[in-house]
Amino acid sequence: MQILLALVIGGAFGFMLDRIGAANPNVITGMLTLRRMNLAKTIMLAIGTGSILMFGGQMLGLVDVGHMSVKSAYIGVLIGGVMLGIGWAASGFCPGTAVTAIGSGRKDVLFFIAGGLLGAAAYMVTYPVWKASGLLDPIAGGKVTLGAIPGSGYEAIFAVRGDILGIVIGAIFVLVAFVMPDGLVKSSDGAKVPAE
Amino acid sequence: MTLDWKIGGVLLGAVFFVAVLLVKPIGVSTQFVIFDGMIANAMSPDFISQTDDGYTSSNAYMAKSGGKYAKAAANPLNYGFVFVIAMAIGGAVSSYLRGGVGAAERRLPEVWRANYGDTPMKRYLVAFLGGFIALYGARLAGGCTSGHMMSGTMQTSLSAYIFMAGTFAAAIPTATLLYKKG
Repeated sequence: MQILLALVIGGAFGFMLDRIGAANPNVITGMLTLRRMNLAKTIMLAIGTGSILMFGGQMLGLVDVGHMSVKSAYIGVLIGGVMLGIGWAASGFCPGTAVTAIGSGRKDVLFFIAGGLLGAAAYMVTYPVWKASGLLDPIAGGKVTLGAIPGSGYEAIFAVRGDILGIVIGAIFVLVAFVMPDGLVKSSDGAKVPAE
Repeated sequence: MTLDWKIGGVLLGAVFFVAVLLVKPIGVSTQFVIFDGMIANAMSPDFISQTDDGYTSSNAYMAKSGGKYAKAAANPLNYGFVFVIAMAIGGAVSSYLRGGVGAAERRLPEVWRANYGDTPMKRYLVAFLGGFIALYGARLAGGCTSGHMMSGTMQTSLSAYIFMAGTFAAAIPTATLLYKKG
């Protein structure tokens, strides 16, 4: 059953990432240079939609709070985020969109995957150094959410109902998606790069 | 054709929701480690070993958290790994159905050609190095664009906001410097 769900949900996720243009380095570069914000609007709407459905479902008792999985906060999250940001911007791929693009015929994505496997292996080898450095130690309570989500067992930063806050934040994501302009920075007059 | 953002956003959000409704939030980058573990174990069979109460590995990262990565690498038919294989299939099906990627674009993305001309070897090197640093960073951060940015933000995790601060602080200047045209 789990394997069937992995096939269906994973397949749908890959299908959607391709359909929204996320598996296309031109679209990623357009977003990260702030020239074409269509993909950012899509992803913000998706996060908002997912958040509202999940927290709304929890409040109605339809969604199992135990399915949540909150990751720990530590300094390495920020350092790793910076590294991912550089690799993502330089290549136009991130781990998920690269996997999605494997079968598209793009040659560069195969190099990204090869580099990614080597980078992950390098982390496996150097993990004890990071562990010893203390940069993986939890900060601000580690696995925490912004508000207190009933039944989740996670600590909260703010003493407010986490499910209600989640719906409010989700609505803000949706709102920002709607008001965000199509481009924040003018495209250069140089070569035309199609949005797709 | 790229979907209209309103339709694409709602459908992608529905996928996030179904994932957490039925199983757990979406994540990808762990599977690069799991695949590395499979390769390492194939080359040197004592890389992963079975213990009385599960699995462990000679690599400290594979062995952490009670050997859950070691267990996944020893049993490839698990949810997380099959999920990522299915993503590749789903992406390929979508790409095929909308007519596929053209020959020029397969060789080089248009934005690369606009900035650096027809230099495929340079592009492949940048893609390789980009992959290396992105996955090293994702494992250091404990997640990537999927696990932290999408799933984490959706759950209002503090770690997701820390991750996004780092990612965009680096990604926007990098993209702006490297791709002046486009």
